[in-house]
Amino acid sequence: MTTTENTTTTTPAKRSIFRSEAAQKLLAFGALIVIFVFFSLASPFFLTKDNVIGILLATAVNGVLALGVTFVIITAGIDLSVGTVMTLAAMTTAVSIAVWHLPIPLGILVGLLTGMLAGAINGVVIARMKIPPFVATLGMMMIARGLALVIPAAIFGSVRPVYFSDSPLFGQIMMGSVIGALIPNLPVPNAVLILFGAALVAAFLLAKTVFGRYTVAIGSNEEATRLSGINVANWKTMVYAVGGLFSGLAGVMIASRLNSAQPGLGAGYELDAIAAVVIGGTSLSGGEGTILGTLIGAFIISTLTNGLRILGVPQEWQFVITGVIVILAVYLDILRRRAR
Amino acid sequence: MKSRHLLMAASLLVVLAMLVGCATPAATPAAPAASSGEQPAASSGEQPAAQTAARPFIPVISKGFQHQFWQAVKQGAEDAAKQYDVDITFEGPATEAEVDKQIEMLQAALAKNPQAICFAALDSQAAIPLLKEAQSKGIPVVGFDSGVDSDIPVATASTDNSAAAALAADKMAELIGGSGKVAVMVHDQTSRTGIDRRDGFVNRIKEAYPDIEIVNIDYGGGDHLKSTELAKAVIQANPDLKGYFGANEGSAIGVVNAVSELGMAGKLVVIGFDAGKLQKDAVRSGLMAGAITQNPVGIGFKCVEAAVKAIKGEAVEPVIDTGFYWYDASNMDESQFGPLLYD
Repeated sequence: MTTTENTTTTTPAKRSIFRSEAAQKLLAFGALIVIFVFFSLASPFFLTKDNVIGILLATAVNGVLALGVTFVIITAGIDLSVGTVMTLAAMTTAVSIAVWHLPIPLGILVGLLTGMLAGAINGVVIARMKIPPFVATLGMMMIARGLALVIPAAIFGSVRPVYFSDSPLFGQIMMGSVIGALIPNLPVPNAVLILFGAALVAAFLLAKTVFGRYTVAIGSNEEATRLSGINVANWKTMVYAVGGLFSGLAGVMIASRLNSAQPGLGAGYELDAIAAVVIGGTSLSGGEGTILGTLIGAFIISTLTNGLRILGVPQEWQFVITGVIVILAVYLDILRRRAR
Repeated sequence: MKSRHLLMAASLLVVLAMLVGCATPAATPAAPAASSGEQPAASSGEQPAAQTAARPFIPVISKGFQHQFWQAVKQGAEDAAKQYDVDITFEGPATEAEVDKQIEMLQAALAKNPQAICFAALDSQAAIPLLKEAQSKGIPVVGFDSGVDSDIPVATASTDNSAAAALAADKMAELIGGSGKVAVMVHDQTSRTGIDRRDGFVNRIKEAYPDIEIVNIDYGGGDHLKSTELAKAVIQANPDLKGYFGANEGSAIGVVNAVSELGMAGKLVVIGFDAGKLQKDAVRSGLMAGAITQNPVGIGFKCVEAAVKAIKGEAVEPVIDTGFYWYDASNMDESQFGPLLYD
C-alpha cells in the first residue's frame, strides 16, 4: 500500500505507484481547477493578471513552509515550530543585515542556518531524547517565538520590528521581478520563482536521493528500517533539519516581502502549512506524500482565501468555507485509498 | 471508482457554491451597503458588490475584525456607505501581528479596481509598495485608526491616543489622591496604539505627578486571560498598589478579573480604555472607576466619508480627530455616549 514496499522493485508494483500517484496529482490538481473555474465565473476581478500574480505571491511563504513540513510528515512526525522558526530566521537575517551591516548574501545565510539549527535541535530532541515530535516541536515553537522577541528587546531596549531601511536591495529578493525584466508585461515577483525553485529542490531530495528514500522508509515502518541497519536517529535528525532549512528560507522571504522582521508574527502559520501538506495527499500517518501535492495544496489554500475575498464573502464565513474544503479534500483522498 | 471521484468533485463544487450562496445573503443585513440600499441584492446575492459599476466601491481594510471595537468601526463605515450611497467591504486579519495577511487583503482589494481605499496599517513600511501602486493608479488612500505612516494618504481619521492616555493619567492621579504606586497593563509594545497609550500615560505621570510611582508595565497581548494572570502577579507582588491602568479592552478586563479574583474590589482604582460589555458592566458595578472611550463608530464613518469626498475631488482635512471621552458610572448613561459605548 505504501511507496516503500513498492520501491523494492518489481515491475507491476512500480506501475501501481505510478498509477496511484498520477491519480493523486490529478485529483488535487482537478480540485484546484474546479476552484479556479468557479471563482472566474463568479467574479470578473478574479481571473486578471494582477490577481493571479497576487495569488502566486500569497502562496510563496506558506508554500515554502509546507515543503519543509512535507518531509517531516512523511516520517509520520509533525513540526509545529515552522511558523515561529520562520519569524526567528527573519529576525536573525534582519539583525545581520540592518544592525550588523553584513552583506545581504551573508544575512540570508544566517537566516537559513538559523532555521536549519532550530530544525536540527528538534531532530535531536525527537530522535535522541525520544520526546514525541508534537511535544518537542511545540517546545521549539515557544522557544523560537520567545527568542524572536528577545533579540530586538536586547538590541533596541524594546520589542519592535527591524526594518531594512538602508538595504533597499533586500526587498527586491522577493518583490523584484526577474521575469518582468525579461518580459515587460509579466511582472511575476521573484518570490514565485523562489517557491518553484525550492519545490524543485524538495522534489529532487524526496524522489531521487537516499535521504528521500529513508524519509519514506522511516514513515512506513520505522522499526523495519532500523532493523535493516539504517541509523534512523541520524536520518530523522536530518529530516527535521531540512524542514528547518525551509522555514529559514521562508523567514528570509517574509522579511524581504515585508521589508522588515516582525517579531510577533508566525503563530498559527504551522497550521496553514500542515493543511497544505494534507490537502496535497500526504498521509499524517506517514510513508506517503509528494512535493507536487503539497505545492498544489498550498495553491488551493491561497486561491480559496483570495477568491472568497474577491467575492466579498464576509470574513466570518471565509473560515467556515475553508474548513469545509480542507475536510472534503482529505475525505476525497481517503475515498481514493479505499477504492484502491 | 472514476464516477465516484467525479461525484465527489461535483459535490465539493456544490457545497462550495451553497456555502458562498448562503454566506453572501448572511452579510446583507449586517452590511446593507453590499446590496443596493432597500432593493434586494441583485441575482440571488451572488453578485459581488463591486460589480455594480455606477456606485463607487471602497474597500475598508482594518487591523482586526473580531474585536467589538472593529465591529463598531465597521458599523460606522457601513452607516457612511449607506448615507453616501457607496459600496464597501470591511475586513482585517485575525490578530494584529499578522502583517503579511493584511498585505494580502490590501492586494486583493486593489485587484478589484476600487475608487478609493480606507486603510489602517499594522505596519506602514510593509504596506508602502502597495500604497504606491494605489497612488500610481490614482486611487486615493484614507488612513484610519493608527493610519499609515507616510504622505500617501489624503487624510487620516483617528484618535489622539497619547492625549487620551494622558487624560487617563490625570483621572488616575485624581482618584488615588496624587501619590502612591500604580501599574500599567498594555496590549503590546509594537503597535502604534500600544506605544502611544503607554507613553501618553507614563509621560503624563512623570511630568505632572512626581509622587506617583509606576511599578510595573506588562504586555498581555490584549488577551483577557493572559492579562488577568499578569495583573494578579503584579497585584500580589505589590500589596500597596493603589491603581491600575489597562490600555485597551482586553488589558482592562484582565485587570478587572485579577482584582475581583483576588477579592480586592474597591481597594484598587482601575481605569480602562475603550468600551465593550464587560468593561461597561465593570464600571457600573464599581469594579472599574471609569475608562476612556474613543469614537470607533466615528472613525469608521469619517474614513469612508473622507474617501467619498476624495473620489469627488473635494477638499479633505489631512487629520480628522475623531475624539475621546472619559466615562464613569455617573455619566455613562447620558445620551451623548450612545453608540460610543458599544457592547
